[in-house]
Amino acid sequence: MAAATNNTTIIRNGHVFDPLNEINGDIKDIFIKDGKVVSSLTSAEQRDATIIDATGKTVMPGGVDSHSHVAGAKVNAGRLMRPEDHYKSVRTRTALTHSGSGYTVPSVYKQGYDYAAMGYTTVFEAAMPPLEARHTHEEMRSTPILDMGAYLVLGNNWFVMRCLKEGDVEKAAAYVAWMMRTHKAYGIKCVNPAGVENWGWAKNVHGLDEPNIHFEVTSREIIHGLAEVNELLGLPMSLHLHTNNLGHPGNWEITRDSLAIPSDIKPSQKTQVEWAETKMNSRRKQSVYLAHAQFSAFGGSSWRDFQSGVAGLVDYVNKSDHVVIDNGAVPFGPATAMTGDGPAIHDLYMLSGQKWSNTDVEMECGSGVIPFVYLKSSPISSIQWAMGLELLLLINDPWKTIMTTDHPNGGVFTEYPQVMTWLMSKKARDDTAKECHKWAYDKSSLGGVDRQMSLYEMAILTRANPARTIGMAHRKGHLGIGADGDVTVYDIDPCKLNLNDTAALTARLARPDFTVKDGRIVARKGEIVAVPEGRRYYCRPYVDDALEKEMLSDVKDWFKYYTVGFANYPVPEKYLKNPVAIPVHNAEAEALARR
Amino acid sequence: MAEIILRCKGSIGIMVEAEVIRPDLFAGKKKEEIEELLVWQGPKPLPLSEFFDVDVSRAIPSDTRPEEANILIEGDVSRVKRIGQGMKDGRIEICGCAGMHLGAEMAGGSILVRGDAGSWAGMGMLGGMLHILGNGADHVGSAYRGSWRGMTGGEIQIGGSARSQLGGGLAGGRILVAGNVENFCGIRQSGGLILVKGSALRGVGTEMNGGTIAVCKAIKQFSPGFVETSREENVLLGEVQLEGWFGKFTGDYALGKNPKGRLYCQGGLEDAGNAQFR
Repeated sequence: MAAATNNTTIIRNGHVFDPLNEINGDIKDIFIKDGKVVSSLTSAEQRDATIIDATGKTVMPGGVDSHSHVAGAKVNAGRLMRPEDHYKSVRTRTALTHSGSGYTVPSVYKQGYDYAAMGYTTVFEAAMPPLEARHTHEEMRSTPILDMGAYLVLGNNWFVMRCLKEGDVEKAAAYVAWMMRTHKAYGIKCVNPAGVENWGWAKNVHGLDEPNIHFEVTSREIIHGLAEVNELLGLPMSLHLHTNNLGHPGNWEITRDSLAIPSDIKPSQKTQVEWAETKMNSRRKQSVYLAHAQFSAFGGSSWRDFQSGVAGLVDYVNKSDHVVIDNGAVPFGPATAMTGDGPAIHDLYMLSGQKWSNTDVEMECGSGVIPFVYLKSSPISSIQWAMGLELLLLINDPWKTIMTTDHPNGGVFTEYPQVMTWLMSKKARDDTAKECHKWAYDKSSLGGVDRQMSLYEMAILTRANPARTIGMAHRKGHLGIGADGDVTVYDIDPCKLNLNDTAALTARLARPDFTVKDGRIVARKGEIVAVPEGRRYYCRPYVDDALEKEMLSDVKDWFKYYTVGFANYPVPEKYLKNPVAIPVHNAEAEALARR
Repeated sequence: MAEIILRCKGSIGIMVEAEVIRPDLFAGKKKEEIEELLVWQGPKPLPLSEFFDVDVSRAIPSDTRPEEANILIEGDVSRVKRIGQGMKDGRIEICGCAGMHLGAEMAGGSILVRGDAGSWAGMGMLGGMLHILGNGADHVGSAYRGSWRGMTGGEIQIGGSARSQLGGGLAGGRILVAGNVENFCGIRQSGGLILVKGSALRGVGTEMNGGTIAVCKAIKQFSPGFVETSREENVLLGEVQLEGWFGKFTGDYALGKNPKGRLYCQGGLEDAGNAQFR
């Protein structure tokens, strides 16, 4: 590697896996200039470039995590609640990096370094309650290296529920547009629709057509309404759904039925951005993105006859084109369950007797946190392990799937390399099945699955598809001309790939030779060598002015119920380091005439 | 036996973290090597010789067996933390008082303190023997802060009394206290044995789900989730023989429907109104 004195980088001779450009292991050079992928460099630029020799190595776009809990109030509640999680997991400070601690809920610095060391450059926070947006942004701005964004929790928002009850989707859209701009949010997250509101009354909802207390709006109405709002505004990402009955045996059916609700809604991504070149269409195709499907694909009717319900769910996804899922894998070991679904956390407390917390976020949502350990000796954990892998292996089209652990719910993100190894190697799965409870294979179909995913498919599941699904493929998840110069170079020779040496495969996936961010080497074999500041993405959607005014006068009145004043509610842009606003202009939404 | 003597050079200001004082780590090391071992004082790593004179005149250099290594500490080390932390073998004798985290997570060997020991002594202990002739402080033999799984093996003996949260999260091994304890002795206990020869203030066995606690005198304020099941005479708990009549309780029903914790208490219940009787 030559010393870099300028802003150009060349990654030479690597086997490139870039699915959005249909490049499957071809030997290619990647040229990066001023942080962007370019087609070539002049000979003068080449002479001064940072050169990475990737001969015999695997080159992928930088990893993109579309669902991870890494910033905000509940993550911090997890940190505070779990000193024991930090005790043995520490990183000492270096000349370049901060110290940090935490295994399942690391401090912000450690999170940034650990993701970068693993080849990931983009991570989106999965749930940002509006009132906690400020806190979430404060943590994201302190997270080094990573490009980030956060999804706004709106599925039990009083204003949204009231609008939807009145059938006023336009006003709901106006409110959501204003909320996204106000809180610098990226997408819409919907958690246990109608149920979290009922949890304020120690109740829940268990069906899609069960009206909730006071608002008398159903889960079906909220899911359809928010999906409609999403596409009316033309947001980059589709509705991101955490279904009802999450974590309950037999919930796969309500999950399937929930996914069917937005099937009539056409995806409409109206972001005004420059699109980097890709061979495939890099706009999203789905109108619903299901979060951590593993927790929503339970079979059986109780913990006694618990089994995988993945088959039924997969059947639906395989024949539907409007759905993308992330799996929420369970790699065994310690976890910290944290979610906007308060009642789900209480259910876990009733099972485990662990310390736990719940919070009601005024008129917006709720949340809860509880430590959890997935044991290989546990029959339920073992089935959940199998289910997480089944979901990705049984859905035929990898463009419908994303690999996550729903960090830190199913397991920690640093287990991604292990999950990748299980997906790539039947032997790895069989070896683990021998170590864990026999229900893993007895109560799922994983034992009969021979599919071994290729590096190309891994690049879809961990790069191309998360980026496309959340509408970031105009610059992330691929290496087309104009894309961000985020690259991972793994010490894996695709020609000599040995799927039987599973330990070596995991180790190589965990510690790539190079992680490059915006053309700059940030990590080398797991060691952080540069700490640039990442960007924070958020959306700016708009509706018709008159409609916005009408909505705002309602909202101002609404603030008599809030503990904060209207003027103090917004998160100013100064809270974001390197903010990148994504303008969203849908002519239709901006010309909405009042009925 | 290879005996290495550490003599305190003087009074210690900011507390020192000295997890390097371990017989199995000293075994086979020359005087200079021991002197150069690093301890932390605040943000600074300093050599052990900054605080101790190392005397190896009674050590046998050729004997490198960790089980034969013996450290004798002379002087006041009440401001030295983590002595013997994680030790697996050998013996430590401390002539005065010891600081916090003494023998934390030790897995084998033995430690004898002639004076008092600071808080967290024997935290998360796995095995071995920790003998405190004086008093223990808080969290003796308990789990790390936030964890509900503490000591799993070994034995702690306290000649005097201990304060609060003795044996918190105890899962195995035993803790014997000749004197009294204060609050929440055996909180979250799931296994093992705690024997208190004196009395306890309150919260004994709160949220316990297994294991045994015996308090030979009174429990000032009983946890509400315990139910008396019988009265037994001269109870034998493993190798420990109790004398006289004891009330036997199970609990803690606050935690679940079928808790497996056993609590024996001899003295009169000074605040019996708090206990439930069947």
